[in-house]
Amino acid sequence: MTGINIVPVKFYKNTFLKKIIKELNSRFHSDISLIALDLDVEETYSEDRGQFFSSQIIALSAPLTQTIPGKVLMITEVDLFVPVLTFVFGEAQLNGKHSLVSVCRLHEEFYSGISEDELLFQRTMKEIFHELGHCFGLLHCIDWDCVMHSSQGIEEVDIKGNFYCKICARSIDGLK
Amino acid sequence: MSNKKEKILVVDDEKIVRESLFHWFQEEGYQIETAEDGETALRIFDKNKFDLLLVDMKMPGMSGLELLAKVKEIDKDTIVILITAFASVPTAIKALKDGAYDYVTKPVDPDELEHLVKKALEQRSLRVENEQLKGSIEEIIKPDNLIGESAQMKKIYELIHTVAPTDTTVMIRGESGTGKELVAKAIHINSRRKYFPIIPVNCGALAESILESELFGHEKGAFTGAQFKRKGKFEMADGGTIFLDEIGSVSPKMQVELLRVIESKQFSRVGGNQVIKSDFRVIIATNEPLEDLVKQGKFREDLYYRLNVFSIIIPPLRERTGDIPVLAFYFLNNFCNAMNKNIKNISPEAMEFLTKYDWPGNVRELENAIERAVVVGKGETIKVDDLPFHVSSSQAANSDGDNSMTAMEKKHIARVLNENNWNISKSALILEIDRVTLYNKISKYGLRNPYK
Repeated sequence: MTGINIVPVKFYKNTFLKKIIKELNSRFHSDISLIALDLDVEETYSEDRGQFFSSQIIALSAPLTQTIPGKVLMITEVDLFVPVLTFVFGEAQLNGKHSLVSVCRLHEEFYSGISEDELLFQRTMKEIFHELGHCFGLLHCIDWDCVMHSSQGIEEVDIKGNFYCKICARSIDGLK
Repeated sequence: MSNKKEKILVVDDEKIVRESLFHWFQEEGYQIETAEDGETALRIFDKNKFDLLLVDMKMPGMSGLELLAKVKEIDKDTIVILITAFASVPTAIKALKDGAYDYVTKPVDPDELEHLVKKALEQRSLRVENEQLKGSIEEIIKPDNLIGESAQMKKIYELIHTVAPTDTTVMIRGESGTGKELVAKAIHINSRRKYFPIIPVNCGALAESILESELFGHEKGAFTGAQFKRKGKFEMADGGTIFLDEIGSVSPKMQVELLRVIESKQFSRVGGNQVIKSDFRVIIATNEPLEDLVKQGKFREDLYYRLNVFSIIIPPLRERTGDIPVLAFYFLNNFCNAMNKNIKNISPEAMEFLTKYDWPGNVRELENAIERAVVVGKGETIKVDDLPFHVSSSQAANSDGDNSMTAMEKKHIARVLNENNWNISKSALILEIDRVTLYNKISKYGLRNPYK
């Protein structure tokens, strides 16, 4: 059974991280660890777009995490993009080791002007489970009640389920 | 999980764009190939059949428009979507005339791209599937927790079977807790719209001030704090179903808006001028007779007739007591799994109690009762004492006592809300339920916010 290593990247909310780790611990048998990486992501910043290039962040993290066993889940506050799309909530290596989740566009205040911490946490966990699911080899699910359903907008993050459906859950190593 | 059979070919001279789209479509489960120019694309296309091509308009050598023409010569049914780095209306119009399905401008909104690709592919496959659906459904697919084999429930399954493949508006009636949303979901997942979402809207839980934005969405900058655009419920339901729960509680002003949108299927986001079209099916639910509300002048007659096309009435649990044991064991099994408990049986006395009780809160109340019994139960059997009713079975039918689970729950929710100044998020967190469930319970118990 492999562990899950949480790596904050330009992310400074320790209480929030602790809450994420607690939630992951309640869902996985695997060891959940918080680790720091000497990762400078400034070169992935696009001045034109005001966003960071997610695929490049993953590429930069790979050599630094070679000796770390298990999955590496990076969490960031910065807004992410890939060149052809206006933004992404996160990115993962399909059947691989690395995933990256941005909470930037998960903040409710950017949509309604109202801050909702619990909603932010629920959305973040959905995106974490989703990207981790890709690392475990899962593709997008057609079941709207499954967290592996694709979500290309915040509305879809909100309406999809908050955990894996029975079929997707079978592919995840170490689920409780 | 998804394993789509559709094949997509991405043609773009920029490697980074090809790679990004490759990974993006791969996660969606499509079979995906890429080509760096038109000539390579044609060679690949010649050997393999593709359902959809995503083609950059401006490439060295053969342009996207030239590639479109050649692909259409080979297979006119192949869907071609063009990508352009700049919005060029004349070129786009030419592309559409030449048979392109649509075009998108780089960088593409991921939601727009997903929707476009999904709709293009599914429109085609659904044409075939819809025909099959109309003729060959033997048995409906039920959501896991739509349970019951009583004659009343079998009649409901028949009605779902009849109405699901059509686009008819459905009105679901039934007391609180009877499972109206489950019936709506059953209709949706047995329809041709099943690949698109069913969007529930609890009309009773929405404050008038945010209702418009919730239903129709808003543009970026529509009001202070709106840094990103947001789609409303009707837009989210495009291709799928909108489920309007507690329709009887909608204000007169909103009734006018609803009638307009349901009839025209178009609207604008708050702060925007663009007319948005949405292809949704309407299912509504009510626990109060809308006819009475029409007579009292509280519900528009025209909206009532627009909605009352096909009715499904769900009987209260007390009228289908034969379903109680199967429901009780279903919930028992679920809660035992979730709580890691090993309770296998329900004692004959406890089961007698369950079947004789009046269940004013219907299936939802039964679910809560079993949950409570699993929490407090010891050993392998649920006993009468484990149930949340401190009365004997002879008193079971009398459910009006203050010690009923319903009364206790109402008091507890009211106390938590009052202690937290009716802060819904905070109260939901303390009660360990989600906000929608809390709104449902507030509505069910008729609790009123004293701060409003």
